[in-house]
Amino acid sequence: MVDSALEAPGAGSSLRRARLWLSATFWRHRWVRLAVLLLPPVLAFLVVYVGALGSLFVSAFWAVDAFTGKIIHVWNLDNFRDLFGSGGTYLRIAGRTIGIAAAVTALDAIIAFPLAYYMARVAKPRMRTLLLVAILLPLWSSYLVRIYAWRTILGHDGALNWLLNKVGIGDVDLLYTNWGMLIVFTYIWLPFMVIPVYAALERIPDNFLEASADLGAKAWRTFRSVLLPLALPGIVAGSIFTFSLTLGDFITPLLVGGGKNNFIGNVVEDYIGVNSNIPFAAAFATIPVLVMALYLIIARRLGAFEAL
Amino acid sequence: METRGARIGLRIWTIGALLFLWIPLLIIMVYAFDRSSIQTWPITQWTLHWFSAAWEDPGVRSSLWLSVKCGLLATGVALVLGSMAAFAISRFRFFGRESISFLLLLPIALPGIITGMALNSFYVFAGVPFSLLSIVIGHATFCVVVVYNNVLARLRRTSPSIVEASMDLGADGWQTFRYVLWPTVATALVAGGLLAFALSFDEVIVTTFTAGAQTTLPIFILDHIQRGQDLPIVNAVVFAVILLTVIPVLISVRLTRDTGVIRRR
Repeated sequence: MVDSALEAPGAGSSLRRARLWLSATFWRHRWVRLAVLLLPPVLAFLVVYVGALGSLFVSAFWAVDAFTGKIIHVWNLDNFRDLFGSGGTYLRIAGRTIGIAAAVTALDAIIAFPLAYYMARVAKPRMRTLLLVAILLPLWSSYLVRIYAWRTILGHDGALNWLLNKVGIGDVDLLYTNWGMLIVFTYIWLPFMVIPVYAALERIPDNFLEASADLGAKAWRTFRSVLLPLALPGIVAGSIFTFSLTLGDFITPLLVGGGKNNFIGNVVEDYIGVNSNIPFAAAFATIPVLVMALYLIIARRLGAFEAL
Repeated sequence: METRGARIGLRIWTIGALLFLWIPLLIIMVYAFDRSSIQTWPITQWTLHWFSAAWEDPGVRSSLWLSVKCGLLATGVALVLGSMAAFAISRFRFFGRESISFLLLLPIALPGIITGMALNSFYVFAGVPFSLLSIVIGHATFCVVVVYNNVLARLRRTSPSIVEASMDLGADGWQTFRYVLWPTVATALVAGGLLAFALSFDEVIVTTFTAGAQTTLPIFILDHIQRGQDLPIVNAVVFAVILLTVIPVLISVRLTRDTGVIRRR
């Protein structure tokens, strides 16, 4: 291939010499190459993304003119006062959001651990690849579609009630309840938990478990003292996704919560769309961001970043 | 190491989890063939009618076209910016390197609603009108990461000295790119691009904040689900969306069997 490259048209001509000179210059001045490669993506991100995030959180301290609906650039804390006042409505919504996010995380960890263990330590390599694809495909297939699927399943005439009637339990109406949301969130984010736990378990050398058994530990003791501590960074890494994604969601509460079990996301969306009060929405959005920041600090201490 | 009983237990648990993951997808796909316009389970009468009905629906057509345009443009932006960043991060050591890779990860680490709100207030603030461009910018923020991750994983597995070898043998920068670098990253780029397209094609959260009055396919689906309108048509569209997102992912899994989605994340 290199030979044909050398005999490419233009070899030896002045054009070719110019190209060689340019290549050599780029090669010699590493920082020029670096700057050419790095500046476009970094500038794009800094200007659009970080700039936007910054302007959002600054606007949390601004106000909206009640008559014109325009943002007034006056520094004040009224948005936060409304957030913590207002008869505790917003705090209740924040509490529900954080509570369900925590429950989803715990449930996903419980479902994911044995599954990841089977993939990492029992399944043959071929089977392992198949399982990984089978777990990742639902993750990449449409998020909205998966919520919609559960809306039809949990509905009064859905597949769940059909099944429960078959086995003689009778109707359960989970649609438009917190339980329904818990199931759906657990479902949509499960792959995010399985993958890092799998990666953590796969890295544990077999002889650690053998040593534990040789020292007389029963299965439960090995699980508690060897497997769990070593898998913990993976679990925490997965929990970053399950927790953060649940905190920021508003489609599931909309379609499965039925509008009466609001999340932070729904309030924020209303304030940006219908009520057109970006400052208040921004103030409310600081809650999930602060919770996530705190969560990330703890996760870092538990070694989750190496397991990502 | 595990006892026989433990193994059987683990296997049953795994099968159960897989059923939990797949049955809802299969059920919603089956609904596309339901003749009845009221959704009940089990389905009693079957039809293919809703596929042609969906194809002829002007709302479906226009939103599908908008989604395809957004997906292609966002993927294009992501391919350029993502691979540039991946080359810079993998081949250079410099101050702030870690912060830059963290910066690129932010759009998927932060909840989508934060990205959406931030862009929304930025557009309002900067006076950018809601248009195709405003959606594409929103989608590109999280598509860049996907391309970046794929190309970075590939570059980590190839030695930087192949470039030096090529230059030593007399190739200029273009030739080195064409005959050495391009063949190593091409499949990673295709894989990253397919994943980016799949992500953009069914994104709904960031889109609600950056689309204004425009309707992408996921927004069309969401509107109709919420209003309970034309659900059979929505079911046919959903069937197509599942195939349209799953097929690119399967192809990209094959293309990057040892560096791609399977290995990373």
